[in-house]
Amino acid sequence: MLQRETDVAIIGGGPAGLAAAVEARNHGCDVLIIERDDSLGGILQQCIHPGFGLHEFDDELAGPEYAQRYIDVVENGGIDVLTNTMVLEITPTKDLYAISENGVINIISKSIVLAMGCRERTRGAIKIPGYRPTGVYTAGLAQRFVNIEGFMPGTEFVILGSGDIGMIMARRLTWEGATVHGVVEIQPYPSGLIRNKVQCLDDYNIPLYLSHTVVRVHGKDRVTGITISKVDENWKMIPGTEKFINCDTLLLSVGLIPENEITKKAGAALSRTNGPVVNQFLSTTINGIFACGNVLQVHDLVDNVAVEAKKAGKLAALYSKGVQVPTSMEKQIVRVSPGNGVGYVIPNVINLDVKEEFIEKAGSMRFSLRVRKPMQDIYIKMRSGQKELYKKFHRYVRPSEMIIFKIKESIKDFLEGLDIDTPIEVYVEPKNKQPGKRERD
Amino acid sequence: MLHDFAIIGAGVTGTAIARELSKYRLNVVVIEKLSDVATETSKANSGIVHAGYAAPEDSLKAEMNVLGNPLFDDICKELYIPFERVGSFVVGVAGDNFDFLEKELQNGLERGIPGIEIIKDVNLIKKMEPRITDDVEMVLHAPSAGIISPFGLAIALAESATINGVEFHYNSPVQNIEDMGNFYIIDCPTRSFQARHIVNAAGLFADEISRMAGDFSFTISPRKGEYLLLDKMEGFINHVLFPVPTKKSKGILVSPTIDGNIFLGPNAKDQESKIDNSTTIYGLEEVVQGGRKIVPSIPLKETITNFAGLRAVSDTNDFIIRASDNKPRLFHAAGIQSPGLSSCLAIAKRIIEIIKEGGVSLELKDNFYRSREKPIVFKELNWTERDQLIKEDPAFGNIVCRCETITEGEIVQSITRPNGARTVDGIKFRTRAGMGRCQGGFCTPKVIKILSRELDLEEDEIVKREARTKYFYGHTKDFRRHKDATA
Amino acid sequence: MIAKKPSVEEKEITCIVCPTGCSIHVKRLEDGTLSIEGNQCKRGYDYAETEFIEPKRILATTIRIEMAKVPLVPVRTDEPVPKEKLDEILDFLANIKVKAPVNCGDVLVEHVLGLDANIIATRTLGVDTCDKIACEI
Repeated sequence: MLQRETDVAIIGGGPAGLAAAVEARNHGCDVLIIERDDSLGGILQQCIHPGFGLHEFDDELAGPEYAQRYIDVVENGGIDVLTNTMVLEITPTKDLYAISENGVINIISKSIVLAMGCRERTRGAIKIPGYRPTGVYTAGLAQRFVNIEGFMPGTEFVILGSGDIGMIMARRLTWEGATVHGVVEIQPYPSGLIRNKVQCLDDYNIPLYLSHTVVRVHGKDRVTGITISKVDENWKMIPGTEKFINCDTLLLSVGLIPENEITKKAGAALSRTNGPVVNQFLSTTINGIFACGNVLQVHDLVDNVAVEAKKAGKLAALYSKGVQVPTSMEKQIVRVSPGNGVGYVIPNVINLDVKEEFIEKAGSMRFSLRVRKPMQDIYIKMRSGQKELYKKFHRYVRPSEMIIFKIKESIKDFLEGLDIDTPIEVYVEPKNKQPGKRERD
Repeated sequence: MLHDFAIIGAGVTGTAIARELSKYRLNVVVIEKLSDVATETSKANSGIVHAGYAAPEDSLKAEMNVLGNPLFDDICKELYIPFERVGSFVVGVAGDNFDFLEKELQNGLERGIPGIEIIKDVNLIKKMEPRITDDVEMVLHAPSAGIISPFGLAIALAESATINGVEFHYNSPVQNIEDMGNFYIIDCPTRSFQARHIVNAAGLFADEISRMAGDFSFTISPRKGEYLLLDKMEGFINHVLFPVPTKKSKGILVSPTIDGNIFLGPNAKDQESKIDNSTTIYGLEEVVQGGRKIVPSIPLKETITNFAGLRAVSDTNDFIIRASDNKPRLFHAAGIQSPGLSSCLAIAKRIIEIIKEGGVSLELKDNFYRSREKPIVFKELNWTERDQLIKEDPAFGNIVCRCETITEGEIVQSITRPNGARTVDGIKFRTRAGMGRCQGGFCTPKVIKILSRELDLEEDEIVKREARTKYFYGHTKDFRRHKDATA
Repeated sequence: MIAKKPSVEEKEITCIVCPTGCSIHVKRLEDGTLSIEGNQCKRGYDYAETEFIEPKRILATTIRIEMAKVPLVPVRTDEPVPKEKLDEILDFLANIKVKAPVNCGDVLVEHVLGLDANIIATRTLGVDTCDKIACEI
């Protein structure tokens, strides 16, 4: 069995892993990226559409191009990379076991950054009835077939779910000469970015069926069509509204799930959204294991992944250098809970017992969240009991876009203002709130 | 060539009979309509080896179940088939007919079912099965009930039969059978077979096969059962949990699978079509409601797939295991619905007896191979063993299915073994690649590549199951290139 | 296949500049000037104006590649191109082939269809002559 030692081991060479690696290296650590594919870049390699790096590089890069910028830095920056190597286990004592065609590798590292990304929700997970023919694929798998493997998985498509990958695939397939008969969305609004609805669907007159879902897959061997139906506000189909659409392929873009099987095995606590529980330092409940990118929360933009990953890379580096970074398991923690209108908030907990010199090193106090539904003229607020900690007006918020904010005041004051027994709540408040009346969803 | 026996149908019954016949000096062929073993009724069922108390008195179902259950231990050891006697509970809650449980217990005792008992100590029940409904008042416990992968069983039986000389022909729907006096000609679309004897193990279509041969004595009708399969949750429940059946329905059960998943189902709905194995909104809802009655906390968000199977119900509602009344050299193993899986090994033995009774002299081989090569399961090895294995064959260092931790080495093994995989589903059912929570989202392209390499086919010729289940419609760019060519 | 540039002299445009997604109504007045209504900011105004006069898009697709470990190299236009030209460019690109090696950023087609945009590679692909099936499993 091979053994490797490193300061920071990074699991996953996608955008999160790459950014974390570069940052950890910049802090003077030996860094090892472990990537299961044969090249770095992760899912970006199949995301050939433009629009990456608008914030970071001020350019509309294609996915592989964005990845290449980081890969160049990694390759020239003395960062070790193991490709075609998959981590199968993190033991509770933080030993990594990975395999490649050379055998088993035992990696001993001072700290670990989890950057394994996410996987797609499947047909079974959303319980679509009907037959089980070929021709039902997740949008990401179809994207891989079309953009990398070079095969067309169908000719006549319907896409269930208006997530970004689904809408981008609608345009991609149209560009390759296939026909997309529609995108079906169970919510009354598109679940991806407006930009994608306009440029991927509207541009090509692809119908978007809102408040609809697929209620049956037809065809015993190959998909021969699907039946869609209108749904009510509880997502129950409305009988009599069924409509048959002829197609040979159904793509699913119905959500992404952080991939945390090895995290779980290592003994780290997971949150309701399937990401590891983290504190403001992106530390999981295990000392020295940090998480960033889609393994922590499904991001909207890769730029946001990079910001989060750099923070994780930096803190992992500090930890490796002997700085005691508090975990999200310690005693002095206060829970951050999503309140009215908010789906989730990262960090899940905040450590109060933080040494002053560390506060400076750790950098800004960053919160990210998603709302549950589109809303207009609202405040995003944060409070501890009756004490307001943060407030910002938003003219428009959508679930498809992450809301990210930082604490502007001194972090020391912020932490001192918290009470260990009072959870922090992040919530939505309408601008013209009637006294005593609280919106519920 | 003239075969001694043609077995029509490669489900658990057909493969069990094939293996049993392969012990004798005979020339045996198995003719299967679909692309692999266990692709119809044997694929989509509960995977339970029942204890045997439940089947009606004096039925072949009861007899075969009671005889069949104990046969699993040896064969599973010989053929390396994962099998576990986890035991079953019939869960009695307030309002249920408790007399029924007592009657089932009596049945069980009379049939000599080991360890069968009624437990009324709710604390003990809760200790044995912590997530069982709080309404539980008593359970009928049958420790000899087991769980097994039905396709795993059929695959192993077929492999063993193959090693012992049985030929398997897939994608061969029988279209016509002609009695030539002392042998039959069996016509399939691309070839014909000649066989002295026919064993009809054609599941849902056993009545049609029988009629083709000139025996109109029974009919088979399909009864659909729908299922929900949940992700792996080791220890979430420990036993096969049945409700107390009502007059209307046998009830939805909740059970662990041998691979550590949980399933709910089946409902039961008679239908005309022998083809329609689609799931329905209402059926799945029925399954959910039923499952919640016994295990209220069942986490449906862990659902990874749903599927339906068709049971082959005979017009006598019992198994039909006999020689044909009017056709010579024709034997039926038909109407094999629940407890068919539990009974299949006993049915195979019974068929041999019937054949012998019919005056056919069967001579045992002296070189029957009981076992097969132990399949390598990477996941079950420790780190040192894994390291060694990869050093011997680097393909075991390449994870193809990450949900189930299946390596390229295991995929290749499933193709190259006797009666190996030829399709993506064939690989899935032999290795579990694609059966996990991502349902093939990650591994499908890799599996297609490996199949195309090992079978020397183009990637766009690879199929999921039968010929009409191809994955691709040509290459990227083709649609616009062709458009240009025709312009 | 691709929506034609409307001949009508007014159009409803959904703004994509920010999450608000304003619905902007653009109309050409008799004197030739544009009436733009519904935007809530200057950026929205500019977006709607361009989108009405000559909508442009970055085109990102693939070109067939030989001698690489994968059969396709991802490419894009280095400048936005007129929306109405997309179909023609796509047909053109479907019929050409390049050979590895290709570097990210390489110009593969200069002034595609005579436009002010080049087709550039967005991925680096070296020469890889191994048997195609054995690759990237």
